[in-house]
Amino acid sequence: MQLIARGVGHAYGAMPALQGIDLTVQDREIVAIIGPSGCGKSTLLGILGGILRPTAGTVAIEGAPPADSLNPFTYIFQDFALLPWRTVARNIELVLHRHRLGRAGTARIVADVLRRTGLEQFADAYPRQLSGGMRQRVGIARALAVRPAVLLMDEPLSALDAQTRELLLEDFLDLWLRAPMAAVYVTHNLAEALRVADRVAVMSRRPGRLREIVPIVIPQAERTRPERQGEIARLHETLWGLIKDEARIAEREVAGHA
Amino acid sequence: MLDRVDQAARPALAGRPMPFRGGGFEITPRRWLAPGAFALVLAAWQLGSSLGLINPMFLPSPLAILAALRDAALSGALWINLSASLVRFGGGWVLGTAAGLLVGLVMGIFSAARAIGLAGISALFPIPKIALLPLLILWLGIGETSKVTTIALGVFFPMAVATYSAIDAVPRNLIRMAQSFNLGWSAIVARIILPGALPGILAGMRITVSVGLTLLAAAEMIGARYGIGAFILAAGNLMLPDQLLAGVVVLSLLGLGLAWLLGRAERVLLRWR
Ligand SMILES: Nc1ncnc2c1ncn2[C@@H]1O[C@H](COP(=O)(O)OP(=O)(O)O)[C@@H](O)[C@H]1O
Ligand SMILES: [Mg+2]
Repeated sequence: MQLIARGVGHAYGAMPALQGIDLTVQDREIVAIIGPSGCGKSTLLGILGGILRPTAGTVAIEGAPPADSLNPFTYIFQDFALLPWRTVARNIELVLHRHRLGRAGTARIVADVLRRTGLEQFADAYPRQLSGGMRQRVGIARALAVRPAVLLMDEPLSALDAQTRELLLEDFLDLWLRAPMAAVYVTHNLAEALRVADRVAVMSRRPGRLREIVPIVIPQAERTRPERQGEIARLHETLWGLIKDEARIAEREVAGHA
Repeated sequence: MLDRVDQAARPALAGRPMPFRGGGFEITPRRWLAPGAFALVLAAWQLGSSLGLINPMFLPSPLAILAALRDAALSGALWINLSASLVRFGGGWVLGTAAGLLVGLVMGIFSAARAIGLAGISALFPIPKIALLPLLILWLGIGETSKVTTIALGVFFPMAVATYSAIDAVPRNLIRMAQSFNLGWSAIVARIILPGALPGILAGMRITVSVGLTLLAAAEMIGARYGIGAFILAAGNLMLPDQLLAGVVVLSLLGLGLAWLLGRAERVLLRWR
């Protein structure tokens, strides 16, 4: 199954936020989207997953999602978006409820995703009792519970501290390597993009356009190996070269507006 | 390296201690201060009365008020009046709360209802509801209905406002999350909006309880045979300040009791906070 954006654009009122985006997300591929803040990454992700209506262009789904997928296009949010009045397990049950899997079926899925994300002991904890990293694990568990075909992640790690980010990223990649699915991973962190992505889409400042799509051909499993670091560093250089000037101008723009 | 750090940290020469400058404006709990201060005021009051410094015609002593309260309880007057008040308050508060919740919910969810409701509320909220009692008596008669309606009206507006404001305060990202998982409309209302608005709704109830009690007392003073308000008014007419204040004490105990009940409800329903 593919997700295809053709000529997608978006304007908030009179202000164009996004222009002429053509992007295809292939089966089981991770596309990272990087760009300066305010360039329309969240807007694009919202449009790709159907929670925001584009003001120009279309998003098409080619091919059928896997039959067992409960929610083919599933988000993982930067701010986790957990219901504070529900325990971890009940937060996951929330998104399973309408699928009428029965008590046993629901419990089986909840137990399975809690195990995969290392949350077994936290099933009955409330979100406020968890650290930020644990909360995002719940966000990931909830997403896995509905067996998505495409994961849509909006800066999933940027609310976390550096160490937690590193750990969670490795755990996420572990999960992904075991059961690959397509993912769009929005970030402003080059290292994160270089760690997870098969392709990195670089956006210009507002109104956001696609400047370039940089393929990363090194398999994810090999990217931490010492002999690959030279290659990674060169890619980092390339990407940084693409966004540096944009980021500098965007920073001034935002400051000027505020 | 480590050695050097240790050496530097050792207080070889006693320097001046760093003066403490933090801790500003911190509120720390003082458990016994409030009851202590309360007891102290009561004791001073009683002492002033016992020494003849306070004219009992203006302000009877705490013990005299307690005695009046006991007499009212023993003669049965307290119960007749209290039960009349409780029925009125209960009826008016429940009606007003139910209507306010419903209207607030609809205003919180539907834009059209918001536009119309907001105009109506802005126009009608500022009217002191007790000013409508004569009109309601004209319409509904002097009986219970007019008084219950007054209380219900007074409770309705703050409840409606509290409810739609509470719904506005439910984080939109939670609703977007629910939509992204394809939850249906009714599931979003029942599982996201209502529980998310519950803290604000309960806070609103604290306000409507006091509004309701105010209107209860006022309505009972305008036209009622029984009721704590009528009891207070009669005591005033008979120049019995100890009875009058006994009635006031009953009203304030009623308010305290209801606030305590709401506190319990909050602790049970908002355990997750
Ligand atoms: N709901 C909205 N209404 C108006 N402007 C918005 C809204 N959401 C985002 N914007 C603006 O659109 C631009 C792109 O926003 P966004 O997609 O959130 O960027 P990014 O995620 O790359 O930081 C920004 O300038 C932002 O201020
Ligand atoms: Mg964003």
